[in-house]
Amino acid sequence: MRISTASYTAKQGLKSIGRNKMFSLASIATMAACIFLFGLFLAIVMNFNYILKAAEEGVSITVLFNDDIEEERILEIGGQIKAMPEVTKTNYISAEEAWDEWKEVYFADNPELAEGFKDDNPLSNSASFDVYVSDIEDQNQVVEEISAIEGVRKVNQSEIVASRFSIVNKLVMYISVAIIGILLAVSIFLISNTVTIGISVRKEEIGIMKLIGATDFFVRGPFIIEGVFIGAIGAFLPMILLYFLYNKVVTYVLDKFSLLIGIIRFLPANDVFTILFPVAMGLGIGIGFLGSMITVRKHLRV
Amino acid sequence: MINLENVSKSYSKGRPALKELNLHVEEGEFVFVVGSSGSGKSTLVKLLLKELEPTEGMITVNRKVLNKLKRRKVPKYRRDVGVVFQDFRLLKDRNVYDNVAFAQRVIEVSPRKIKKNVPEMLSMVGLAEKYRSLPKELSGGEQQRVALARALVNKPAILLADEPTGNLDPKNSFEIMKLLEEINERGTTVLVVTHNREIVNAMKKRVITLHHGMVVSDEQEGEYTYED
Repeated sequence: MRISTASYTAKQGLKSIGRNKMFSLASIATMAACIFLFGLFLAIVMNFNYILKAAEEGVSITVLFNDDIEEERILEIGGQIKAMPEVTKTNYISAEEAWDEWKEVYFADNPELAEGFKDDNPLSNSASFDVYVSDIEDQNQVVEEISAIEGVRKVNQSEIVASRFSIVNKLVMYISVAIIGILLAVSIFLISNTVTIGISVRKEEIGIMKLIGATDFFVRGPFIIEGVFIGAIGAFLPMILLYFLYNKVVTYVLDKFSLLIGIIRFLPANDVFTILFPVAMGLGIGIGFLGSMITVRKHLRV
Repeated sequence: MINLENVSKSYSKGRPALKELNLHVEEGEFVFVVGSSGSGKSTLVKLLLKELEPTEGMITVNRKVLNKLKRRKVPKYRRDVGVVFQDFRLLKDRNVYDNVAFAQRVIEVSPRKIKKNVPEMLSMVGLAEKYRSLPKELSGGEQQRVALARALVNKPAILLADEPTGNLDPKNSFEIMKLLEEINERGTTVLVVTHNREIVNAMKKRVITLHHGMVVSDEQEGEYTYED
């Protein structure tokens, strides 16, 4: 294809948007609204996952050992646990550390009470490992594996937390897929409508083109460009709006609810938009292409 | 150049528009096809443009068997067949130059060649001065000249004219016919479908008369004999 033909096709596509101002604007606006909702939703999902992940990583398993076990063996088991692929971090708490912590918490006001124990550590059998897993869904399996190791007396886990997190994770995923699916269908329908109107407005011109010997591409090209352009603009505008809104909302939330600082950490805007921007643009352009392609194939059998 | 063998075309209802039509037009000929409304003239033009498929028979144009021509090859075929209509079918939002250039853009001629070919063609039809005018600023005769320039700018081997003088006064009609004759003298095969008795009788060309989808007469230097 000649460059002049490509540029002519592109110009005709853009002109068609101009000729069809009201419908094109309506399409861009609705597309923008869909992509805005999509972006908003994705940003929330991404942050939710981020917060969830942080919370997941904070949920640990505590491994306790048999009474007669040597510290050397405990550390060996610790090494074994750390080598598991699902495990991100282990934290060893020796019997001394456990006793020190206990004293700090319970005898802080009456240190003399603790002194009564002298060098006799009442928690001498309380050496433990805190084990953190990367994915909460792997927790049960990790617990099972650790429990099977010889020398392990007990493994404490928070099953309820683990299962709740799993359910929420799945729920978020299903809702995302459903909403994205609905938005996609609505947007394709809208683009298709605009292109259909464009085709009916240019019916005469299309008829002449066909009689002169225009190829399928030449006749269809401008409508595809029109759809892609509407999709691209409809995706770009809400991205700009979302970018500014995102920073404002995050600052506002952390400012108004200062209690949340330290509990909840939001993803930085750049991290969100590095993913969101290309996904939204791809979606917009893809919907534009698909919507116009379906329509021209239906109405423009050259 | 144009060959129809036992061509019939039936639409869903009523009698066939064309019935076992046999027609042969040599390269470089000038032919009038005449007949009343419903005689099958328009169907014939549509078949030659491959806008319609015959129900029966074989159509060959410019050594291409249209019955066997694949859909994707139709655009290329149509580039060899120029066409003008009674209602001109110009693009109303574009000026004279762009209307003619449009035909060249459609077949991807380079911009440099378009700039050369379009003024040449407009000179030939006598509209070089009016290249900036919009169709609505032109008379019917001028609009038909633009349509002719557009049909010819791609140098087709055949020119089909479907009632080209239908919307024109006698003076303009004769001017358009003169142009068609000139085009024919340059080697283009011309087939004119018309109702215009005066013109047919004045031109002294081959006249094929259709009635109820059949050829009822075919005369060299013929006359318009059919009575409406």
